[in-house]
Amino acid sequence: MRKEPAAADGGTRKTKLVLRLYVAGSGPNSAAALSNLRDLLAVRSGDEDPVEFEVVNVLREAARAFEDSVIVSPTLVRLHPLPVVRIVGTLCDHEAVRLALGLPK
Amino acid sequence: MLLVHPGVASMGKFVLPPSRALTGIPGFDELTSGLPRGRTTLVVGGPGCGKSILALQTLVEGARRWKEPGIFVAFEESAAQIVANAEAFEWDLTTLQRKKLFFLDAHLPCTTLQSGPFDVTGLLAGLSAKAKQMGAKRIVFDGLDVLLSQLDDPVAERREVHRIHEWLATSGFTGILTAKSDGETSTPSRRFGFLQYLADCVVSLNHRLVAGIAVRHLRILKYRGGSASTNELPMIISDRGLEVGYFDETLEYPASTKRISSGVLVLDNMLGGGFFRATCTLISGAPGTAKSTLAGAFADAACRRGEPTLYVSFDESGAQIVRNLRSVRLALGSHIRSGLLVMHSVSARSRSSEEHLLQIRSLIEKHHVRCLVVDPLSALPDATADHEARGSIERLISSSKRSGITILATSLLANANAIGESTAVGISTIADTWIHLSYNVQGGERNRALTIVKSRGMGHSNQVRELVLTRSGVTLTDVYTSGGDVLMGTLRWEKEEQDRAALIPERREAEALRRGLEASIAETTARIEELTRDLGGKATELERLGSERSNDTESKTRRTGRIRGLRRFRASGPEKQPDRPGNAKRA
Repeated sequence: MRKEPAAADGGTRKTKLVLRLYVAGSGPNSAAALSNLRDLLAVRSGDEDPVEFEVVNVLREAARAFEDSVIVSPTLVRLHPLPVVRIVGTLCDHEAVRLALGLPK
Repeated sequence: MLLVHPGVASMGKFVLPPSRALTGIPGFDELTSGLPRGRTTLVVGGPGCGKSILALQTLVEGARRWKEPGIFVAFEESAAQIVANAEAFEWDLTTLQRKKLFFLDAHLPCTTLQSGPFDVTGLLAGLSAKAKQMGAKRIVFDGLDVLLSQLDDPVAERREVHRIHEWLATSGFTGILTAKSDGETSTPSRRFGFLQYLADCVVSLNHRLVAGIAVRHLRILKYRGGSASTNELPMIISDRGLEVGYFDETLEYPASTKRISSGVLVLDNMLGGGFFRATCTLISGAPGTAKSTLAGAFADAACRRGEPTLYVSFDESGAQIVRNLRSVRLALGSHIRSGLLVMHSVSARSRSSEEHLLQIRSLIEKHHVRCLVVDPLSALPDATADHEARGSIERLISSSKRSGITILATSLLANANAIGESTAVGISTIADTWIHLSYNVQGGERNRALTIVKSRGMGHSNQVRELVLTRSGVTLTDVYTSGGDVLMGTLRWEKEEQDRAALIPERREAEALRRGLEASIAETTARIEELTRDLGGKATELERLGSERSNDTESKTRRTGRIRGLRRFRASGPEKQPDRPGNAKRA
């Protein structure tokens, strides 16, 4: 069930990106997701656009995860630009994640 | 007040064994004595089998009755949908939701992208926090397969199920996982087959058609450390939620020696005093042999004694029965108004025999029924598969007898005089008293005849009686046999008239003799009176004579002296008679 969100145009537009990654401590899946996301953002490091990036540890902030309707870990949420995009899993498929988040190649 | 099965109600009062958590589902707790506490229970079934209802009911009842708040994690439907669906039940979720129930929306929106494996660690951490905050003891994971199938990796799926299982065990929650099964089979789809090995208790639900009628069943596939029956048990969904048709199958119940009236005096006499309490009486007969009338008479008598009575009709409306019975002076309407009589009219074909049974049973509990009429009981096996219905009927009868309820059931026979018809025999073996009604066609008339075929434990008349329905009520009359024929109706009346006529000369003679004797007695009495009078008169005379003599002597002496004094010269003179009281002759 892979669906491409409607935010694929973000690649060319210079927009501030707000991301939040919910992890379950340093569990294997969560650790992998954090690592994958860092790789993806590192490619983009040459860009001038700022990226707001927050990591929420649901083991410490359980209530926050529920409030944000995060069920599984890891979950990556793109809060800006709208629409909100949610990606679950280790983010191992870089190409798909990049498209979904609207990151340039 | 919440209606519960007696068994559950009594269990609720005691301290529960720590290893079990009651579900509050009628029948289920009697069957399993509750879910394994602090363990995982798996509920499997196809679509629409009632998996979510079973899980939610366990939470609701736990919160309401045993002060065990619960969390419902909905992976398939949204929490709002679940709550809306549960509106159909008398559960009052809105009140419970404030404090004792928490619904978590856990279905991934379809716009969610998945890239690589994920786990439920975060979810469990969140649940732990929430559970601690509200003191939750029970947790339901409804439709977990929906989430896990997105992993698309059997190994990862298995790992997550293990994770939940371990989390439940370590946190001491009583958990219920629901999962879909493959089509009609009762095992979970191959993907989650291992769940059965993991879980401590596996409940399988199914839903299938028997003779065109949907029948629900529940089966305990596995119960670690328990000895629950693994038989398939019927189950219904009512407005109270699920109910499982579990019955204590042992035939252990006290035998009463108390008798209660059948509502027809002569029938009571034929049975030597009426039906035994807590027995089942079957009235069989062709259409129109007045089975319902006898059933109505029984119900009327029960209500007159002040006993709550349930009248189940499978072929007529309650109003129709009341109207019809009014013609034989049975006023059931007043009993309905007083609340003693409950009419339950339902088409036998509308649902499975088991559902009928459970419905009847809940009515029995609701109204504290003491007498039960099922009219006709034969509608159940006629409408549904025979063996299913037979089982339901047996359970209805044995559970009613155990609760001290006296049952009167009717059975319709297609052939007017065929006592040996298979259906009737099938039902009749479980009846303690069997009354058969038939027609007697003779002399251009069709009259109703009543026979007691059997009656366990009581001497009963072997005579065929004529059942007479009149405006003044129902009764039975003796029948006449003439030249080997049983006379009924007009022929009987004629015979009775003949007998009466034959008595007339005899009566006249007796009358004459009586008059003669009366006259003779009167005469003798008169003579005795006369003689007594005579005797009395003589006795008085005798007494008078005695006292008169002494008086006379005294007064005579005085008078003589006086006269002598007056006369001086005469020694004697004429005597004057003084008035003597008592001299008048008494009547």
